[in-house]
Amino acid sequence: MQAAVLGALLLAMVWLVANVQSNLERQNINSGFGFLSERAGFGINQTLIDYTEDSSFGRVLTVGLLNTLLVSVLGVFFATVLGFSLGVARLSSNWLINKTAMVYVEIFRNVPLLLQIMFWYFGVLRNLPTPRQAVSFGDAMFLSNRGIVVPAIEAGSGAGWYAAALAIGLAAFIWLRRRARLALADGTMMPIWRPLLMVTVASFGVAALLAGVPFSLDVPALKGFNFRGGITVIPEFVALLLALSLYTAAFIAEIVRAGIQSVSKGQREAAAALGLPDKTALSLVVIPQALRVIIPPLTSQYLNLTKNSSLAVAIAYPDIVSVFAGTTLTQVGQAVEIIFITMMIYLSLSLLTSYAMNRYNARIALVGQDA
Amino acid sequence: MSDPVIRINKMNKWFGNFHVLRDINLNVAAGEKIVICGPSGSGKSTLIRCINRLEAHQEGEIEVEGITLDGSLKNLEDIRSNVGMVFQQFNLFPHMTVLENCTLSPIWVQQKPKAEAEKLARELLARVRIPDQADKYPGQLSGGQQQRVAIARALCMNPRIMLFDEPTSALDPEMIKEVLDVMVELAEEGMTMLCVTHEMGFARQVADRVIFMDEGEIVEENAPEAFFSNPENERTQLFLSQVL
Amino acid sequence: MTGFTPTPARPAPANTVGFVGWARENLFATKLDSLLTVLAITLILYVMKVVFGWAVIDASFSGSDRTACLKDVQGACWPFIEAKFGQFIYGRYPDAERWRVDLVFAAGLIGLVPMLMPNVGHKRANMIFLLGFYPVFAFIMLTGGVLGLAAVDTTDWGGLLVTLVVAVTGIVASLPLGILLALGRRSDLPIVRALCIGFIEIFRGVPLITVLFMASVMLPLFLPDGVNFDKLVRCLIGVALFSSAYMAEVVRGGLQAIPKGQYEAAAALGLSYWKTTRLIILPQALKLVIPGIVNTFIGLFKDTTLVLIVGLFDLLGIVQLHFTDASWATPETHITGYVFAGAVFWLFCFAMSRYSIFMENHLSTDRNGS
Repeated sequence: MQAAVLGALLLAMVWLVANVQSNLERQNINSGFGFLSERAGFGINQTLIDYTEDSSFGRVLTVGLLNTLLVSVLGVFFATVLGFSLGVARLSSNWLINKTAMVYVEIFRNVPLLLQIMFWYFGVLRNLPTPRQAVSFGDAMFLSNRGIVVPAIEAGSGAGWYAAALAIGLAAFIWLRRRARLALADGTMMPIWRPLLMVTVASFGVAALLAGVPFSLDVPALKGFNFRGGITVIPEFVALLLALSLYTAAFIAEIVRAGIQSVSKGQREAAAALGLPDKTALSLVVIPQALRVIIPPLTSQYLNLTKNSSLAVAIAYPDIVSVFAGTTLTQVGQAVEIIFITMMIYLSLSLLTSYAMNRYNARIALVGQDA
Repeated sequence: MSDPVIRINKMNKWFGNFHVLRDINLNVAAGEKIVICGPSGSGKSTLIRCINRLEAHQEGEIEVEGITLDGSLKNLEDIRSNVGMVFQQFNLFPHMTVLENCTLSPIWVQQKPKAEAEKLARELLARVRIPDQADKYPGQLSGGQQQRVAIARALCMNPRIMLFDEPTSALDPEMIKEVLDVMVELAEEGMTMLCVTHEMGFARQVADRVIFMDEGEIVEENAPEAFFSNPENERTQLFLSQVL
Repeated sequence: MTGFTPTPARPAPANTVGFVGWARENLFATKLDSLLTVLAITLILYVMKVVFGWAVIDASFSGSDRTACLKDVQGACWPFIEAKFGQFIYGRYPDAERWRVDLVFAAGLIGLVPMLMPNVGHKRANMIFLLGFYPVFAFIMLTGGVLGLAAVDTTDWGGLLVTLVVAVTGIVASLPLGILLALGRRSDLPIVRALCIGFIEIFRGVPLITVLFMASVMLPLFLPDGVNFDKLVRCLIGVALFSSAYMAEVVRGGLQAIPKGQYEAAAALGLSYWKTTRLIILPQALKLVIPGIVNTFIGLFKDTTLVLIVGLFDLLGIVQLHFTDASWATPETHITGYVFAGAVFWLFCFAMSRYSIFMENHLSTDRNGS
């Protein structure tokens, strides 16, 4: 039986490969990955690393991947913040807050994401006034159909002192938390936030004394038909980020609500009967149990968001699908290689995340319960 | 004694590295009733589950009705349709009515016509004293009724051997009797029975032989009279003093 | 001897019952609550003012071209929807043949409604109608070319028709495929298991758009010269493979929920693997995962919009296409079109999600009763 399945599969593979080869030959399409080092010859309107038309297709791939990661990471951040707030609001005893959050969730999760992306992009952002009539926020930030322009902070010499101050603050935080956790084992409470605040203020004060203020603002200004200076956030990015965050937040809200509700009333009552105050019961009893339920579906929402960022292609935000599986594919024509690479990249992101997820799950799994 | 219908010879079984059954030798004659008892984890359930190969043994031979239990699918089908089994947790199929539970094997395995299978099932349901529940779903019955359906379902295969795996352990006390009554009746009709149970009254009443197991071995086997009044092994004495 | 005279019940304090009591408890329980309530009311009023103003007060309701929608303060441009409505539902399906699409919609509704109601009997006959007769009927009616029906090329299909065709085909094809994959993933045969895991994880790990690219660009490469599918069919294959991977995981959840005792009892009765699966395991497992299946379908339904990226005109695609019509180009046309399409999608998805919740409750009471 198994041999038959394997045999059939192999035969099918051979047949497919033969077809692909003859089709490629007939259409005069190259094969192999050599094209990655050829000159791309097209521009990209958002690049996190140096890129020109003379860069290679390999560089295009990197630029696209970084753009995908940028919008995904920011999307995950905003969706989490909004989603957790909405999830908690859904459990509020305040009827109005509860129902408002419910209406939000029901609207945003039941409308296709692609439609939402196109709504924000074609319907809203492209309908904004031209740069000349841009909406101005204190003459420093401008909103127009070319996107959002914000002032850029430029660091001069001496900024390193500030970086060092930040590092000291972080180190202090990690050390204080560790100390508090160890102390808790002996039953003593150690403060974290007050000493942390003191250390941070002190180290930044020292940095300021040593280096003064080494930062300057580059404020954008209208020159001709567009803005000069500052940082321009392209409307494609804004629309995609907005839609991804608003859409995913609706799903995260439901996950958070279900997670908190999954902790039975009995657990809360037991904590109360032991004399734990509400806040302690929440942080020691409810949240740890809720997180166990929340984390797995939350991760899969993060993955969905990352995969959904590929809808960028519909509004030409230069993510990996748009510039690589789109523009590069039409220029080079090597569909097999290009789609293979694209899929492999997404697949690796997924597998890496689920691997991390499984490790985490194994760590927090309840003993004696198969989760 | 006539030819044994079950012949187990030097049978061994492991779960991973755990040696659950050790050198089991057991012959069961046609019509014989055997009660197997012992502390939990002694391997008694595993032993009877090996007889219809719900568990595969690793060493030794098991022969049922002259058919050797090896990996062969053909042999497996023959044995399963000759051996009925009743589980501790009933394991009725919740999505089927009582009648459908009972006719499942006759129709789908023995390929009997539906009408004939239903007639047989109704007869057997009457015999386990629940003739009126045929069209209900298992979830609508009490535990005792469910277990009697499970017995009827096994009998519908027209088996020559019946295996009972702690059939009353999941029941409330007042329901135990109604199930035991059916089992006693079945025993009186001459069915070959192997029964894992802690119901010592039942053992005294119907068993031809009582087997005591511990640590995966048969420690002692004897006629019920002798077994209860005069156990040979110290381990058996200890066990009996705890359960009686 | 003293008799017992029960104390007559007194009404609860006035400020704990009725609207006042309700408001005290649910809106103004604490200072923070009162503040939140006031904030929420402000927000709701503002949103309602914006939405109502746009959709009703400043909207245009009649007209035959863009001039109707060029007021100084312009809200929704509803005449655009009215003028294009037929296109949005049928695409370029010829006017004279649209009754065929209506008939297919109607037959689908007749088959589906009793199927969805758990208490209506004849599920088996209904299933045969939906999965056996209906697809053939729909195929003949929609494509034509036989029985005296004029042939309609799939390139002329569009709008809600394409959305529904893609979604329904996707679900009908992905259910059996998903079941097979789920069974394969739990199989004892290592090669079968590995293949199924590989398939499921690959398709779940990549975005649908790459699968659609693969189906539209790579599928022709895989086939021998001269054999080619229509673009719609290629998309259908891509969507079906993609959703079968998700369906497989839903079904696997159901399979895992079936207790081991059910397998053992079936084995003790002499049932073979396939008979056990068909008669004992799947009927129970599939019933358990109906809500999951509906949720997968909701996802699939929303994902059908992606076909516009590879050049098919589903509802969103056709709305988008008609934005380029110069006789309707106004600043509000886009938003009006998106709101219309969004409302249609929302209705479908919301109804399905309510159904899924209904089934979940229905099933859980079922289980308590049994």
